[in-house]
Amino acid sequence: MAAKTVQLDVVSAEERLFSGAVETLQVTGSEGELGIHPGHAPLLTTIKPGMVRVVKEGGEEEIIYVAGGVLEVQPHNVSVLADTAIRGEELDEQKALEAMKHAEEAIADQSSDLSYAEAAAELARAMAQLQIIRKLRK
Amino acid sequence: MAGGKEIKTKIGSINNTQKITSAMEMVAASKMKKAQERMASSRPYADSIRKVIGHVAHANLEYKHPYLEERDVKRVGYIVISTDRGLCGGLNTNEFKAVVKHAKAYKDNGVDVDFAAIGNKATGFFKRFGGRLLAQKSGLGDKPSVNDVLGTVQVMLDAFDEGKIDRLFVVYNKFVNTMKQEPTVAQLLPLPKAESRDEVQSGSWDYLYEPNPQPILELLICRYVEATVYQGVVDNIASEQAARMVAMKAATDNAEDLIDQLQLVYNKARQAAITQEISEIVSGAEAV
Repeated sequence: MAAKTVQLDVVSAEERLFSGAVETLQVTGSEGELGIHPGHAPLLTTIKPGMVRVVKEGGEEEIIYVAGGVLEVQPHNVSVLADTAIRGEELDEQKALEAMKHAEEAIADQSSDLSYAEAAAELARAMAQLQIIRKLRK
Repeated sequence: MAGGKEIKTKIGSINNTQKITSAMEMVAASKMKKAQERMASSRPYADSIRKVIGHVAHANLEYKHPYLEERDVKRVGYIVISTDRGLCGGLNTNEFKAVVKHAKAYKDNGVDVDFAAIGNKATGFFKRFGGRLLAQKSGLGDKPSVNDVLGTVQVMLDAFDEGKIDRLFVVYNKFVNTMKQEPTVAQLLPLPKAESRDEVQSGSWDYLYEPNPQPILELLICRYVEATVYQGVVDNIASEQAARMVAMKAATDNAEDLIDQLQLVYNKARQAAITQEISEIVSGAEAV
């Protein structure tokens, strides 16, 4: 493929987190990790809580946390429509740990008002955030 | 002194009204700024999802979602977004006129119309107008969240799913700039084919789906409708504040003019009274 970069937009309901040309990006799709390079076939998938790792033009990396949403790939542009998205460096470890503990308690406690599915989703989100925080620290 | 006191009281009351309108103008101005920011921050999502939906509408999908297919139109639905409060000029009136005109074109062809109202003014209007209201929601405040509109949207989507309505529109005041707000009627369902301005060619390709097409398209289209309606709500709030600001500015200016005129009348009346008194005294003195 001649093109070396692809136009990427990462948006959440609140703001636009990223817009620009990227060499490659990595997303957690509902069926597993996806690596998208320029010229990828059209693809539509849901995404799981996890990170979007972006390699910008020139090799610089950026990590964005997304809590689910939809990914659309066209050969020349890629859109990530996230439900919630936070830039990697803006994540709060303390909050994530708290959310994880809270979710774990809710799962263990049958009488809790959170349903199991909600608690599990909450746990998955918190764990994904922590993973990114650890990764960034390295 | 003919009516001097009455004129004075009138000036006083207009003065008070002017204080209120100028305060409202300033409040609206500051709220408008915030509303505009909110509108700007939710726009990227709405734009992106519209772009994606545009691509989807051009694809040759293996799974035909009912939201993508044109049906025979027997009944249409409108989600009408209005303000909760008045005193914002002709904003709501113009919007309702646009809806009625749009709906009349359908009615003339024997197509029934249903409405869903967001905001007090729309609810009130359609109660008087006599349309069938399927859903209503009011009291969104200045900072609506997406959750606030979900209920109304869901009612209309369900109606569409059950075949009770065959076309769905959203109506709101689009914020162009402070002086201009445009009543806009936009089609939500079935998805209108976007003008293909980018390199995506139509017809011959399909997406790869993970895992299957149906849930993804379902999710995407629901999100699209929600995002569009939410964008409409946010736009409408910015429009409301802008319209209120302009209306209140006009009211303040009018009050100023009125006070000037009344002041003139008052001064003339006072002068006439004094002149009369003097001439009475003079003629009295002469008589003695």
